[in-house]
Amino acid sequence: MFDDLSSKLQSTFKTLSGQSKITELNIAEAVREIRRALLDADVNYEVAREFTKKVKDQALEQDVLTSVSPGQLFTKIVYDELTQVLGGKQEEIRFATTPPTVILIAGLQGSGKTTFTGKLAKYLKSKGRNPLLAAADVYRPAAVEQLKTLAEQIKVPVYSIEEKDAVRTAREALQFARSNAHDVLIIDTAGRLHVDEKMMAEVSEIKKAVQPNEILFVVDSMTGQDAVNTAREFDKTIDFDGVVLTKLDGDTRGGAALSIRNVVEKPIKFISMGEKLDSLTPFFPDRMAQRILGMGDVISLVEKAQQEFDEKEAKQLQQRITSDKFDLEDFHKQINQIKKMGSLKDLAGMIPGVSQKLKDTEIDDNALDPIEAIINSMTPDERRNPHILNASRKRRIASGSGTSVRAVNDLLKQFSQMKKMMKTMTKMSKMGRAMQGLKNLTGRP
Amino acid sequence: MSFLEKLGFKKKEERLKEGLEKSRTGLLSKLGKAVIGKDTVDEEVLDELEEVLITSDVGVSTTLKIIRRIEERVKKDKYLNTSELQRILREEIIALLRENDTDKPAEFEAATPAKPHVIMVVGVNGVGKTTTIGKLAWHYKQAGKNVLLGAADTFRAAAVNQLTIWSERAGVPIIQQGQNADPAAVAYDTVAAAKSRGADVVLIDTAGRLHNKKGLMDELSKIKRVMSKIVPEAPHEVLLVLDASTGQNAMQQAKAFTEAVDITGLALTKLDGTAKGGIVIGISSELNVPVKYIGVGEQAADLQVFDRVGFVNALFDKS
Repeated sequence: MFDDLSSKLQSTFKTLSGQSKITELNIAEAVREIRRALLDADVNYEVAREFTKKVKDQALEQDVLTSVSPGQLFTKIVYDELTQVLGGKQEEIRFATTPPTVILIAGLQGSGKTTFTGKLAKYLKSKGRNPLLAAADVYRPAAVEQLKTLAEQIKVPVYSIEEKDAVRTAREALQFARSNAHDVLIIDTAGRLHVDEKMMAEVSEIKKAVQPNEILFVVDSMTGQDAVNTAREFDKTIDFDGVVLTKLDGDTRGGAALSIRNVVEKPIKFISMGEKLDSLTPFFPDRMAQRILGMGDVISLVEKAQQEFDEKEAKQLQQRITSDKFDLEDFHKQINQIKKMGSLKDLAGMIPGVSQKLKDTEIDDNALDPIEAIINSMTPDERRNPHILNASRKRRIASGSGTSVRAVNDLLKQFSQMKKMMKTMTKMSKMGRAMQGLKNLTGRP
Repeated sequence: MSFLEKLGFKKKEERLKEGLEKSRTGLLSKLGKAVIGKDTVDEEVLDELEEVLITSDVGVSTTLKIIRRIEERVKKDKYLNTSELQRILREEIIALLRENDTDKPAEFEAATPAKPHVIMVVGVNGVGKTTTIGKLAWHYKQAGKNVLLGAADTFRAAAVNQLTIWSERAGVPIIQQGQNADPAAVAYDTVAAAKSRGADVVLIDTAGRLHNKKGLMDELSKIKRVMSKIVPEAPHEVLLVLDASTGQNAMQQAKAFTEAVDITGLALTKLDGTAKGGIVIGISSELNVPVKYIGVGEQAADLQVFDRVGFVNALFDKS
């Protein structure tokens, strides 16, 4: 199927390259193919249609860079938007100020709740918590035994009662957690269909009885079009805080992730792969976007577009620096590029040697926000010619950006230092290249 | 009054209809909206039809196939009205669903083609294999068959306990060697026991496995292979259990399981939700395997023999 998509996209790109703007006409084919890719990935019909339409509107009339065709550019815009929608804010589990923190796990039958409960318990235990599990699946034969067997492997206690009463199990488990110094209680509930009113009432009762700090909705990543209905109904009944995507070690493309994100706007907090109780995997929106768009083929196109994108931008930037035209607008672009790469903490963590030292210090991911606000409060003329900034202009910018004149001054100082440094660096690299050329000529160091 | 009705169970059709209630009204109201005030099938109707089929998880390629065939018939017959469209749609879908083999009857009352008749049940995690086996055991027992269960899901925590509870509910014996036992050995011993005890039907449970894990799929082939050492034709039936809420990945599942153990039938579970299980249409036609059973509820009696016409009618009929 994807050879098909790829070759179709390729041919559309070929016939359309050389056009300078994205128009309805020159991306019609690409839009159709992307929509189909989304549907093949089980993205809900309605969501796929809205998503492609939104992205198309956003893309129309955008200028096309020389070496990128409209179709390629569009694909890249889709990919970026998809990553953005899937990512949103990354959120952790919310812990109660006074323990125990109560976590409620809910979902359809067979979505992987019990296995996830075991994994979550292991994860929290490794973080120094002392979890208790509550076996509130009182319906499925041997569900309690399943949880007990898993719990035994990770040496975490399970609270269960003889009677088939899920609400009582949960309530008593909470009491037990309080009196036995368990700081986390994870309640595993029975799988239920969202149309089963009796069972939905039960989970709502459990919620009322224990007032969970965190409710997680567990969903099989292989779910098809119905993911939207299921997520919506569960959200209506229990207003969950986050989503857990399971069985992502399969080869499903997992479009359900986008559908759910679109319908309930709750973050995906964990993904679960495999049956072993190993640590949970964090969720990477970009990888999910690649997966949904169909791995390899589309992505290689996107990457190509991206490369050409960056190369062109980098070249332009270098030119501006050497010709002393680097201004606050370029600075702004740079900040945006850094932001695109992910959280500052993660970025810093990738630098060898740094990660260990940084482990315990908090890096504020919002550190760049005031800088952006200041630049955004300037007129285009001011951004291009910072030297025209007098005291009155600075006062206006400070109040416009919600900062102070001092902050504006600091930024300008930093900017001029950076500019100086950049200039020296490019000079040096030019000299370096000249030296290299000399070496090659003489064939001797 | 039938036995089931005496027990308070509703008739088969009613249950199926009830289970499909949501999907049916959804489908009809959508198709209805598209055809209001029109006597012929036009682009807009076909677009709506596309939406209806895709939102039922039928998948893009099968949907396009169905639409193309309808377009061809529209071209040929010129003035096709919308009630004819419904009829044609039904015909096309029924035609895509493969007919059941007469030599492997799905009905529980029918004489088993072999003794013991060995049924191996496979599928990915969480689709409802063990529950389906429990229900199958109950039905076969009700039909007067001697049933033996084999607990070859020795991997998942408490899977053996779960099947044991079902064996008690259905009143049938079970062969089990506990968790972590060799699943192939359990399957082998179960078939051997069935042969010596003269059982009619053997149901072998296997651990859920994702179809892209080669090691686990090889294990499944081995479980299948060892059974044939006792009964050459065994397993006579390899049933792939699919969750009705699964999307397009079900096709990959069906292909991979066919490659490993050559599936002979499909069981579609959890049809009592709003999911429509449309993917079976594509699977049945592409892999040439019949759908044999559907699950529409949690009770043992909620497993039903699949009826193509009934299934499609339940999706499209008004009453």
